[in-house]
Amino acid sequence: MKRFRFPHFLALILGLAFLYIPILVLIVYSFNASRLVTVWGGFSLRWYAALFNNQPLMDAAWLSLRIALVSASVATLLGTLAALALARFGRFTGRTWLAGMIAAPLVMPEVIIGLALLLLFVGLEAGRGFWTIAIAHVTLSTCFATVVIQSRLVTFDRSLEEAAEDLGAPPWRAFLAITLPIIAPAIAAAWMLAFTLSLDDLVLASFASGPGATTLPMRLYSAVRLGVTPEVNAASTILIALVALIVVSASLMVKKNLLDTRR
Amino acid sequence: MNARHKLRRLAVLAPPMLWLGLFFFVPFLVVLRISLSDSAPAIPPYAPHWPGLGEIGTFIRALDIENYITLLSDDLYLGAYLSSLRIAATATLLTLLLGFPLAYAMTRAPKVWQPALLVLVILPFWTSFLIRVYAWMAILRPEGVLDQVLGQLGITSAPLNLLNTEAAVLIGIVYSYLPFMVLPVYASLERIDPALTEAAADLGATPLKRFFLITVPLAMPGIMAGAFLVLIPAIGEFVIPDLLGGSDTLMIGKVLWTEFFANRDWPLASAVAIVMLLILVGPLLLFQRLADTGRRA
Repeated sequence: MKRFRFPHFLALILGLAFLYIPILVLIVYSFNASRLVTVWGGFSLRWYAALFNNQPLMDAAWLSLRIALVSASVATLLGTLAALALARFGRFTGRTWLAGMIAAPLVMPEVIIGLALLLLFVGLEAGRGFWTIAIAHVTLSTCFATVVIQSRLVTFDRSLEEAAEDLGAPPWRAFLAITLPIIAPAIAAAWMLAFTLSLDDLVLASFASGPGATTLPMRLYSAVRLGVTPEVNAASTILIALVALIVVSASLMVKKNLLDTRR
Repeated sequence: MNARHKLRRLAVLAPPMLWLGLFFFVPFLVVLRISLSDSAPAIPPYAPHWPGLGEIGTFIRALDIENYITLLSDDLYLGAYLSSLRIAATATLLTLLLGFPLAYAMTRAPKVWQPALLVLVILPFWTSFLIRVYAWMAILRPEGVLDQVLGQLGITSAPLNLLNTEAAVLIGIVYSYLPFMVLPVYASLERIDPALTEAAADLGATPLKRFFLITVPLAMPGIMAGAFLVLIPAIGEFVIPDLLGGSDTLMIGKVLWTEFFANRDWPLASAVAIVMLLILVGPLLLFQRLADTGRRA
């Protein structure tokens, strides 16, 4: 039996420390009373108060939230369909195309996707703003959603679906009664991933947005370019807390679901 | 296959296919077309050679490769492509050197810890990319957190001035992309049957030999997947070199951004993108094959 020895423990601690110390530093300094980022001036919530009084930032956050809600929902729908096709249709005409268009955006530099989309929007003479940003985010998030849902689809027992169809259930009914409940956690995870991807995206939004539509990352980016500010630390801490809450509850949900299916 | 069955499949397949076709594939044709046009001081700032249906001949004659000649003849662009490749490759190697031991230690950890460890590795990936890069600005800046800690410990006496250097860009890439390396490597390490290394041990293989002759080869699919997940996006990275790099850290994603937003030379930016795509097409195809077989297996 392989044992867990001290070097392994050390590698774990060092690796996780590298991942978490920068985030912790950010959180700690968001509660710093001093405007000087490097000097600790005592505990204070003043940057949080300043944040909520910063109307442009609040507007940007509201815009980002609406875009994330819309794009995550559309992307999850498209991702579910694409995952079904890739996991259930075997070899079909266009499989390579679909698989390629799902895999490429996962790694393709965002500047390329953003530039390409913008040139398309300009060519179509589409007014840029909320909808063009949402379309850009749907395009990227669909690929991530597909991967998450597809990995769930290929691991579960297909005989359940086949049994339902043998017993005379039409395919849509077999899907609703058997497949959908089983892949529901993956669909939820895909939606949350799409939501955070959209909330976080700077590059695609910068290309796809038009005058008057500034998302939260775009606003934060222009603040950050001017240097480190405690207000951005406060905004970051809120975002981190939000995402941590979502991810932890999602993983608990998936775990519970795993236990349920095992029983 | 009856007609209803076909129709049903089409209903599932068509929406994602059409969406990605229209918003992912077609845009590249547009980029290609604009990369072959002249820049013009207008809105939009390019003069397209847009063919009417009867004018294909004129269209072909009007295309010009002037932007590509600019790319090849100006050292700035060639240098940016080369240093992007170099920085991305170095960062990928560093990510592997850091990610592999972490993934390996995770597989050795008690089984009950493993789900929690996985969540801990994934969690930073879910938090904002921009924020994580920004966190390093606060750490690396002169008189920042790192300088203070090292100064207090008496290790350094003067600021390291790491911010706005290539080292900062490397740290930023390694930090941001580490989960992309750890997860596939962990997945492939976890699948290795411990009986294999035990058998090798019984036959007298030293731990080092077992590691390089059994563990590493069997983890290769995960290592390759992780390497592509880091390398390909890192080549075109914009946020990290922009916020952590200095003016002398040339990366092609930043050049594209500047051509587009600052110089408003859309045709040249398009040509930069097309050449970047040509560089990436090999790794992309390899990655896609790896991803597709991995998911079907």
